[in-house]
Amino acid sequence: MSYLQLIDLKTHFPVKNSEPIRAVDGVSLEIQKGEILGLVGESGCGKSTLSRTVMQLIAPTGGRVILNGEELTSFNPSEVRRRRLDFQMIFQDPYASLNPRMTVFSTLAEALRTRQPELKGTELNQAIAELMERVGLDWRYIRNYPHEFSGGQRQRIAIARALAPQPKLVIADEPVSALDVSIQSQILNLLKGLVADLNLTMIFISHDLSVVRYIADRIAVMHFGKIVELGESEQLMENPSHDYTKELLAAIPRIRDRA
Amino acid sequence: MNSSTQDTKSAEGQHDYSLLQAERGSSLWRDAWLRMGKNKVAIVSLIVFIITCLLCFGFAWFCKDPIQQNLANKFAAPSGEHWLGTDAMGRDLFSRILYGGQVSILVGLVATFVAVTIGVTYGAISGFYGGRIDAIMMRTVDTLLSIPFLMVVIVLQAVLSEWSTTTSKWIVENWGWNKEFTNRATNVLPLFFALGLFGWLTLARIVRAQVLSLKEREFVEAATSLGLSRLRVLFRHIIPNTLGPTVVYATLTVPGFIMYEATLSYLGLGVESPNSSWGILIKEGANYLETNPQLLILPGILFSLTLFALNFLGDGLRDALDVRASKD
Repeated sequence: MSYLQLIDLKTHFPVKNSEPIRAVDGVSLEIQKGEILGLVGESGCGKSTLSRTVMQLIAPTGGRVILNGEELTSFNPSEVRRRRLDFQMIFQDPYASLNPRMTVFSTLAEALRTRQPELKGTELNQAIAELMERVGLDWRYIRNYPHEFSGGQRQRIAIARALAPQPKLVIADEPVSALDVSIQSQILNLLKGLVADLNLTMIFISHDLSVVRYIADRIAVMHFGKIVELGESEQLMENPSHDYTKELLAAIPRIRDRA
Repeated sequence: MNSSTQDTKSAEGQHDYSLLQAERGSSLWRDAWLRMGKNKVAIVSLIVFIITCLLCFGFAWFCKDPIQQNLANKFAAPSGEHWLGTDAMGRDLFSRILYGGQVSILVGLVATFVAVTIGVTYGAISGFYGGRIDAIMMRTVDTLLSIPFLMVVIVLQAVLSEWSTTTSKWIVENWGWNKEFTNRATNVLPLFFALGLFGWLTLARIVRAQVLSLKEREFVEAATSLGLSRLRVLFRHIIPNTLGPTVVYATLTVPGFIMYEATLSYLGLGVESPNSSWGILIKEGANYLETNPQLLILPGILFSLTLFALNFLGDGLRDALDVRASKD
């Protein structure tokens, strides 16, 4: 059975004296355990709204989100809160996703103790240090604040925070688009490794097809709030069937042969 | 710090993760403090204000009684006995200035404290919960802001001065407090009350605006995703990030409140003679402007100096705290 199932999910935003904005308009998806699903589409097509709807940060207008056999959309807020540890999110902008007034220690301690409230003292330090090493950060920077790190390092902290509650599903919302190209591949490799090591399931959102192709097993193409094409990464890249996918592929800049 | 730490591993094989071995981070507060240290005007202002406070709240206890009259020795020139001479009632001017400073500075600090406590909580709740709660809370603020401040103070003073006299009597009778001290304390209570009642309104608006923008930030979404309670998100992630502008605003309100106290006392609506405050001293001094101008000028100097210092301090804090994104 699929680990995450979206059935006809809709998120509309009401607009005064006008038609509502249909940010997510009837999305149905199934994601297997251990799979990385790439979600691509141009800016404004509803990718981020979809991720926040799955994360239960925005209430859907209609449809269902089923995680591991439990229908999240049927729960009340406190029941959702108890299950939040199982699904975590990595945000686009590592400059905005970390509380500027909290050290790495406080940020990670708070995240760790959601799953293990009994963690204290040396054990807590050790757990944080292990987490930092796992994402490739030197634990000696445990007492530093976000503004003292580079963008790539901040994204590593954000990844560590998302991993701290031991989630099963991680939604990465354009985790590399705010980073330098040289850092992008490091973060991509880190994420790929983590998914394999920790047996995670991941939805990887991006507007960059080449990035998604590298990391994802399957790719879903989103356009105006709908999934227009879904397929195995290589197959979809080589042999797109929907017009919009072809357009997206054609938009990848290429160095042409002079000949 | 080292910019390329991607590959650095912690000391091989050594697993002593004691925090003391970690590099010490520099918080935004510390950064701001260091930045302000370079602002000479702000530091001098801070020192001036601290010295004034030490004089008024420390040294004053060793001075003469500021209320003790001696009509045989009025308008005395400065001497070893009376450092700055005496006033129209033969009271020691130096002592009166310091005791007056106690009242004025206390009014400023306490009213600001009340305003910050109410304003931050009110504004944060209003902005965080939004919707109908926000609408009701903000319309209340609008309504209160539209009431003329001076009028309310006059009414309050009329209503509460009776009350403060009775309270004073009651405290002296039941708790056995020193009568003069109690009188002095309850005399300024209506003033505190009035200032506190109105002081928080603007701050509530500032904090609400801050919270409105902060609650859309990704780190707040991240905190919610962790399953933290709403109150924890508000108090741990949102409110600490509103404190920068709050501190600046608060520092600039203290002189504002001191000014209000002086204005109201001058108009006979605040502290009453023989109790002392900077407003009272200026009022009394103004009566003898032609014959004995030092009665107005001397308290005026300390008064202006304090206001200048607090305003420069506020400006310095704003410069130090408002370098948003300079490190990004």
